[in-house]
Amino acid sequence: MAQAADGRKGRKARLVNEPAGLDRDTLLRAYRDMLLIRRFEEKAGQLYGMGLIGGFCHLYIGQEAVVVGLQLALKQGDEVITSYRDHGHMLATGMEARGVMAELTGRSGGYSRGKGGSMHMFSREKNFFGGHGIVGAQVSLGTGLAFSNAYRGNDNVSVTYFGDGASNQGQVFESFNLAALLKLPVIFVIENNKYGMGTSVERATASHDLSQNGAPWGIASLQVDGMDVDAVKHAADIATAHCRAGKGPFLLEMKTYRYRGHSMSDPGRYRSREEIQKMRSERDCIEAARHKLAAFDVDEAEIKRIDDEVKAIVQDAADFAQTSPEPDPSELWTDILKEG
Amino acid sequence: MSIISYMEAARQALAEEMRRDKLVWAVGEDLGRGGVFGQYRGLVEEFGPERISDAPISEAAILGASVGAAMMGTRPVVEMRFSDFALCAVDELVNQAAKARFMFGGQTRVPLVVREPIGMWRSSAAQHSQSLESWYAHIPGLVVACPSTPADNKGMLKAAIRCDDPVVYMEHKNLWPLEGEVPEGDHVVPFGVARTVRPGKDITIVSWSAQVHVCARAADVLAGQGIEAELIDLRTLWPWDQQAVLESAARTGRLLVAHEAVQVGGFGAEIAAFVAERLGIKVRRLGAPRAPIGYAPPVEDAVRISETMTVAAVRDMLGK
Ligand SMILES: Cc1ncc(C[n+]2csc(CCOP(=O)(O)OP(=O)(O)O)c2C)c(N)n1
Ligand SMILES: [Mg+2]
Repeated sequence: MAQAADGRKGRKARLVNEPAGLDRDTLLRAYRDMLLIRRFEEKAGQLYGMGLIGGFCHLYIGQEAVVVGLQLALKQGDEVITSYRDHGHMLATGMEARGVMAELTGRSGGYSRGKGGSMHMFSREKNFFGGHGIVGAQVSLGTGLAFSNAYRGNDNVSVTYFGDGASNQGQVFESFNLAALLKLPVIFVIENNKYGMGTSVERATASHDLSQNGAPWGIASLQVDGMDVDAVKHAADIATAHCRAGKGPFLLEMKTYRYRGHSMSDPGRYRSREEIQKMRSERDCIEAARHKLAAFDVDEAEIKRIDDEVKAIVQDAADFAQTSPEPDPSELWTDILKEG
Repeated sequence: MSIISYMEAARQALAEEMRRDKLVWAVGEDLGRGGVFGQYRGLVEEFGPERISDAPISEAAILGASVGAAMMGTRPVVEMRFSDFALCAVDELVNQAAKARFMFGGQTRVPLVVREPIGMWRSSAAQHSQSLESWYAHIPGLVVACPSTPADNKGMLKAAIRCDDPVVYMEHKNLWPLEGEVPEGDHVVPFGVARTVRPGKDITIVSWSAQVHVCARAADVLAGQGIEAELIDLRTLWPWDQQAVLESAARTGRLLVAHEAVQVGGFGAEIAAFVAERLGIKVRRLGAPRAPIGYAPPVEDAVRISETMTVAAVRDMLGK
């Protein structure tokens, strides 16, 4: 499944499709982190239905293996930046469920103190650089994060996520060129979940292999089964090693799938129920991890313990998000300019 | 006359223009699905995917290609869905579309309509709520239209499509469901002709887009207090109806301009200065604070220009 293209040689090379071979403890952690995102998003969906979350809200359900697998390959100091579909990325970087959920409900305990909402959160502490609502905007910003790493001479990597739809924006290609030219340590991660809103990749993109989109600039790449956290981790190890060795950018195309609508107001007429059902029942990343854990002799009690822990975190976040006070209207005047 | 929504009015206008003129076509993201708000519902079925054209998420290419297609005499209606997203294509609009006719000595024209929905909606936060009409009013070579009623959204979209110059057509997201009487058939509202929403003798209020409705409610309240405000819906910011505004302001002796957009550098400043220069009367602006738009309702509401604020501004101007 994982296919490497060594762009520098201008030809496709096969990569042995070996999973990273996650050990028992790492797989347990991956399972827990994916489950936390899944349960968090389900709760966010409920709160939205109850009118406690407003505006735009894009759930990550189905795609959990991508951020969790990538995060396993990162180290302290690496940066993460993404679009508006950002709750999963934030939880994966270790941001608090409470602060994320409270931002969704627009409360002062949220990461942006209620001023940003679902699409716009940030954490200096966890090196999460947002949360961007303009499709494609974060790609050049992520390239700049990598520029700063190169400038400072550290070995940090910028992980810059964007969608299949965003991959058609002009600044994405400009960023590819810039990153390749300056050999910047950026991993471009295309989360190809097959749709940009109601438009399928086939209807939006003449290129049939998004992993090749960086080929003209010699950007090395891999196409990855993004529903398998083990395969994601394996690919992420290759990409991070490449960037840390000073070889320039790397492109990962993650083949993934979102189960829910584009946002909470998506009637979903562009795809069949069967298509969603098939992915859910045959390719679900959490189910797959659970099966693998059984092979490691992880017993039901241990799984149950994790399920309970996750449930408690999400419930606590939901409670906090409903009791944290709303921001004062005077927040309008904070953090604009020094001079106001 | 029939009662239809602001959204349906625009849909009708586009459909009628496409039937009338084979050179009219539309392009944008998700148009084949009827548009994100439903403004294009049923159109691909009638006109086919060549004329209701789905585009990838590539605003700069969509707008730039439309400028080229317009130079060749077709009449693209470009859907940008949020004025915030259209910022990805500002070069194509401001440096290319707006300049081509003049810069090339009148040899080419750009009959293009760029639909850029504006305004606060529900908790849409800083990147999905802006009202940027004054940016475009500042640019020579662009027409700027901001319809406030279903009837105008039909008549002005038709005028925009028939216009031989680039038109930035700014519908307000909060008005999509607003219903009102709309004339059937060929209803065209010429640009640069304001609409007097209600007559009055004590003060002139000028507004446009969704803010007109806030001002109308404020005028009702004022009427109950014995103050007769004349409310003018400007409809188009460029060209704008200087005659109507001057005539009204000269009669009432006071002018208030109210808009949802940020007050600093807003188009209200232009109108107020224009009138003050000519009439030397008391003028005032009422626009949003110079702050990004927040997500949480208390912060979002803090930038809204309310009916109460409008009433207070009028009373203050009248020394009451
Ligand atoms: C510049 C710009 N154009 C359009 C939009 C509207 N929009 C929001 S999300 C989206 C689809 C993006 O799809 P993709 O990149 O595949 O990401 P996904 O939602 O699938 O995660 C669109 C068109 C926007 N926010 N910004
Ligand atoms: Mg997508």
